[in-house]
Amino acid sequence: MSFLRHHKKIEVNATLLLVLSLVVVSIGGIVEIAPLFYLENTIEKVKGMRPYSPLELAGRNIYVREGCYVCHSQMIRPLRDEVERYGHYSLAVESIYDHPFQWGSKRTGPDLARVGGRYSDEWHVDHLRNPRDVVPESIMPKYGFMLNKTLDGAHIEAVLVANSRVGVPYTEEMIANAARDFAVQVDPDGDWEEMQARYPGAQVRNFDGQPELTEMDALVAYLQMLGTLVDFSTFTPEASR
Amino acid sequence: MRKPKLSDEDYPTTGHEWDGIREYDKPMPRWWLWTFYATILFALVYVVFYPAIPLVNGATPGVLGWSTRADLAAEVEAVSLRNADIDQRLLDTPIGDLGADPDLTRYATAGGAAVFRTYCSQCHGAGAQGAKGYPNLQDDDWLWGGDLEAIVLTLKHGIRDDGDDDTRFSQMPAFGDILETGEIDALTQYVLSLSGQDHDADLAAAGPVLFEENCASCHGETGLGEREQGAPNLTDAIWLFGGDAETIGHTITFSRYGMMPAWNTRISEAQIKQVAFYVHQLGGGE
Repeated sequence: MSFLRHHKKIEVNATLLLVLSLVVVSIGGIVEIAPLFYLENTIEKVKGMRPYSPLELAGRNIYVREGCYVCHSQMIRPLRDEVERYGHYSLAVESIYDHPFQWGSKRTGPDLARVGGRYSDEWHVDHLRNPRDVVPESIMPKYGFMLNKTLDGAHIEAVLVANSRVGVPYTEEMIANAARDFAVQVDPDGDWEEMQARYPGAQVRNFDGQPELTEMDALVAYLQMLGTLVDFSTFTPEASR
Repeated sequence: MRKPKLSDEDYPTTGHEWDGIREYDKPMPRWWLWTFYATILFALVYVVFYPAIPLVNGATPGVLGWSTRADLAAEVEAVSLRNADIDQRLLDTPIGDLGADPDLTRYATAGGAAVFRTYCSQCHGAGAQGAKGYPNLQDDDWLWGGDLEAIVLTLKHGIRDDGDDDTRFSQMPAFGDILETGEIDALTQYVLSLSGQDHDADLAAAGPVLFEENCASCHGETGLGEREQGAPNLTDAIWLFGGDAETIGHTITFSRYGMMPAWNTRISEAQIKQVAFYVHQLGGGE
């Protein structure tokens, strides 16, 4: 144990202590975190995943802005009670275009990872306007103001560019058409085929029932697509992962 | 005999000294040391039995072959195996005959109540009492039919669900684009009269003709409704969105109707049968 005698050198040299502490801590980090980036079974490849459409992305930004993740998780764990209540457990790939991810850490309200299609648009609008109207025991705040806040999509192109810079595969075509795609998703009478070709499975509806394109449209469009991209009737995840 | 307690002077010091303060070199408490060694031992055993060390393509699986997903699959399998007999009987029995078998009645009611609380209560209310725009399922007033088969069909394919080809569908036009304001006022007063509410008889006088031309094809000539179209009965005191003059006027002008998702992609055939049976026995089933 003679090397322990040299320990005094570390104890009396603050800079050396700091450097060596960092080395020790990063060994833990490298062993625990780094493998997730190269292990093939971390993220399974699944058909159907695509980047968010501009309107969904705007809705997602509102979701983040309002701090929905503080009370709602988006992560169904592989436990029987969760699977029975919320649907198939979440896959890593389903958060692959989330920057940042919205897994959350606490459920004051229910998990929203598969809320898409579970309720009608009208329900979402009623519920966001005053949650007590439909769920009397709810303690969720009201978000009716979103019905009055119109969106013009002026910055949506920049939002797509920002996401592409952190790795979301938005093509130049998607970015160039962002403002158009943004507006057409709430217009069933419009020319939305191209938008839907770019974002397969994107739902085209007037989500809030109002003629204007509002924050409510964007948020409901986002909620209604959550967890709907992977078709679990054709995809069975490997049980050993 | 107890070991005599060592006094502080008996311990060596580390040899460090700062401003006259010296540091004893005392051993760690023994309970702490043994706990520490036990955690090391636990880690070694864990590494052998459970997934642990990341390699090139995946982590070492461990000799138990344990995974959260396999664990979940086993648990789900165990539960479905436990219910396999009664589930099979539930599926084999025509829904109309469930009530004749006390076991199946209990199973369908309890299971249906659980499904209802999970998936239906958000719109129809925890007690199936409904809310404005979401039908009450306890009464005997049904938009699309209240017998067991009709409820099963509604559950399976939903109402006005774009994603389901067999969904129930109808759409009331917004008469604000079709009729004059005065005509809508007349119709409103006439609809009020149909359900025996206070109304302006002078205005309502023009109602019958307008009703015949615009509303009767779905709501029926006498306003009794038409289930094939999901058109509500206008002569009773039950209203989906409200039955006062202002609300009726709004409904006629802008039109409104609900949407219910199709459930056959989310819950199993047995669960649909259970929840249909549960809703049917709440009081209003036909």
